[in-house]
Amino acid sequence: MDASRRTFLKAAGAAAVVSGSDVAAQARQDAAHAASHEQHAHAPSAASGRAPYLFFNADEAAFMEAAVARLIPADEAGPGAIEAGVPAYIDNQLAGAWGAGERLYRGGPWQLGTPQQGYQLPFTPAELFRHGLKAVREDLRRSYGSPEFEGLPPEQQDAYLEAMRAGKRDLDGVPSEVFFESLWALTIEGFFCDPVYGGNKDMVSWKMIGFPGAYANYYHLVDQHGLAFDRPPMSLAQNGRGVIHLHAVPAGQGAAGGAPGKKGN
Amino acid sequence: MATRLQPVDAVLIGVGLVGTMLGRELTRAGLKVVGLERGEPRHTVPDFQGPHMHDELRYSVRKALMQDNTKETLTFRNHAGQTALPIRRWEGFLPGTGLGGAAVHWNGQTYRFQDSDLRMRTLTAERYGANFMARDLLVQDWGVSAADLEPYYDRFEYLLGISGKAGHLNGRKIPGGNPFEDNRSRDYPTPPMKEPYGSAMFRKAAESLGHHPYPQPSANLSQPYVNPEGMTLNTCMFCGFCERYGCEHYAKSSPQTILLPVLLNDKNFELRTRCQVLRINKDASGKRATGVTYVDGTGREFEQPADLVILGGFALNNVRMLLLSGIGTPYDPQTGKGVVGRNYAYQTMSAVQVFYGQDININPFMRSGASGTVISDFVGDNFDHGPLGFVGGAYIGEVMSHGRPIEFHPTPPGTPAWGSDWKKAVIKHYNHTAVLNVHGSSVSCTRNYLDLDPTYRDAWGLPLLRMTFDFHENDLKMSQYLTARALEIGKAMGGREVVGSPRKGPYTVTQYQTTHNTGGTVMGDDPSTSVVNRYLQSWDLPNLFVIGASNFPQNASYNPTGTVGALAYWAADAIVRQYLRSPGPLVHA
Repeated sequence: MDASRRTFLKAAGAAAVVSGSDVAAQARQDAAHAASHEQHAHAPSAASGRAPYLFFNADEAAFMEAAVARLIPADEAGPGAIEAGVPAYIDNQLAGAWGAGERLYRGGPWQLGTPQQGYQLPFTPAELFRHGLKAVREDLRRSYGSPEFEGLPPEQQDAYLEAMRAGKRDLDGVPSEVFFESLWALTIEGFFCDPVYGGNKDMVSWKMIGFPGAYANYYHLVDQHGLAFDRPPMSLAQNGRGVIHLHAVPAGQGAAGGAPGKKGN
Repeated sequence: MATRLQPVDAVLIGVGLVGTMLGRELTRAGLKVVGLERGEPRHTVPDFQGPHMHDELRYSVRKALMQDNTKETLTFRNHAGQTALPIRRWEGFLPGTGLGGAAVHWNGQTYRFQDSDLRMRTLTAERYGANFMARDLLVQDWGVSAADLEPYYDRFEYLLGISGKAGHLNGRKIPGGNPFEDNRSRDYPTPPMKEPYGSAMFRKAAESLGHHPYPQPSANLSQPYVNPEGMTLNTCMFCGFCERYGCEHYAKSSPQTILLPVLLNDKNFELRTRCQVLRINKDASGKRATGVTYVDGTGREFEQPADLVILGGFALNNVRMLLLSGIGTPYDPQTGKGVVGRNYAYQTMSAVQVFYGQDININPFMRSGASGTVISDFVGDNFDHGPLGFVGGAYIGEVMSHGRPIEFHPTPPGTPAWGSDWKKAVIKHYNHTAVLNVHGSSVSCTRNYLDLDPTYRDAWGLPLLRMTFDFHENDLKMSQYLTARALEIGKAMGGREVVGSPRKGPYTVTQYQTTHNTGGTVMGDDPSTSVVNRYLQSWDLPNLFVIGASNFPQNASYNPTGTVGALAYWAADAIVRQYLRSPGPLVHA
């Protein structure tokens, strides 16, 4: 992910998290601060306020940002999905090979089958989101008079997501629990994955739960039972100065190793 | 048209664990051997190196090392009344592919099956009466005993350098080992792994209840080791990226670390990767294999003639290859006749979670694939089944293998599925939860089987394998009883909250349980109930040997790889010492 998209996300995150505690407010301030620092890089679309997303259009992005902000909110316990960069992560996945159906058997005939038989829709992940997000807007329009999920109060947003999870929304042929399951799985991935994928920015989730990331050796610690392990986490993409590269590493620099314990960018 | 290649002495279908072992034994006996591997060539360097190997999304979630479903998958249904549909993404079990096979990305839990597993029908009838088992069970004897296999288990364990502690050595019971194991001739080649915190608490709790905890035998090594092939392995670093990953440390036994480099240096061996075998060919009499037909990575078709064919793929692929080649009679659940695809079994898994307070740091990320503590008090027939009404059992253990957070973020019952309270619960419990596994056996029965799907096809236009499977009531009862035992231990471990429920049907392919798929080409003494004889030689084509977990007539409580390895050495020994001297059937039915 390049600086321009990170900038947008932070701005988007600040807009999407409408309620929250002091912690969330601080996160927003930090984000705005970071954004102003990174403006100079190359941010052609940041000025327009439009998403420099690769996959989502503006309507889709508005839903995704608002939805993941409810699924994993910023709160007094720490940053949420927006702060972790989850929308950008999902966008990246859907725009890439996985979104196009990589490692997904796509031979017909198609039928839904039983829950035990797993995913049986003809849609690739990208198609599922394109189709499903359009259906969500139509469903919202029917129920609330407006297609904009982001315009609903948080309690109604939560109720809508929970109804979707329970399979109770009409999403134009897509079982709403199947759509929710994909949305939730991608949200979890974007929250907990290595930051190299554009989610879990600054390893926020790892810091919250105490997962150290890509370390390779606990041989001398495993039998120190109950040890409080407080080394900061490490990303796959961390260089020797603790900077996490979110784009191609120039030849010769390498992305490996790095001094454990250094903070990410 | 297929290009006909120069004949060789032997061809291997699959160069995973079995293929590598057989390749080594046959080249050592002087044979010219070609190994055909459908997947990519790959080696510890550069393919399994850190930090990039420590990528949970790529390897655990996207399953980078597994069979590509767009080319080959299988179809699944719970019972014959349903239409089987393709498994479009792997979730429930994860067939591997590529050089070294699934032994590249296994956890390394390496057990020996017990005599009561191998002679299950006979010994169950002796102890409980001939009518004790449900009538639709196809549980049968393997045609080998634990004493037959002991030297081969021993040799396999020394090839891998397994870390563990003997419990029954040359007639002597040894405290701290597994007292239920059959007699072993040597101790494990390396001492047990260090015991992580949760495992230590499990051990104390299990002991307090009168059970017999011991360190799980591990193919991730506790210390450096040089195996009889001259290969050096290193000490496991407890990095927490084991199952679904290759090992960067040369600490996990895999074909790449224990044998493959030796085989690849042998002038009698030729490896061909990206070669998809389409079928085993037969001569006009139908009583002899003439070799195999395969397609290479660029789509060219070849015929590789060979005097001896070794089918050593993953269990499910072994079954499919025989069906695609028209070898043996396919099992028909209506008539009960036929053997190929019969006796499909799995594993009956459940889990118990022990939630601690904030003062207990479990550090789940400091783990190896096989660094836990287990009990075998309820394995196989180690306890009295008389009043219980089922056969089989489970080992119970604290055998956590990682703390990777996309997969592992436990929350107690009552936690919302998402939202702020979910997040807070994950933060609260992530580092303060221990998980016990109940690793249960699986019976074979008349209604569970494998055959070819009538509708769906692979990338080469061939029918996919179709799996028809649901848990038998026997195994659900077993899980009920065993999960209750695990809950007792969990409660004795002192957590604030202990939860767990037994396995329930229907079986689903949407939730990972295990990749211990067994049966379909089973071994035995009777050609009407087995595909291969006790030496794993096809009853139909004496120059074809089928080796793998597909040989298991039913699945035992333990992980299968130790037994697959022992069977591979057992079959190799029979080929080299008996078959090559006098090619023909080794057993006359």
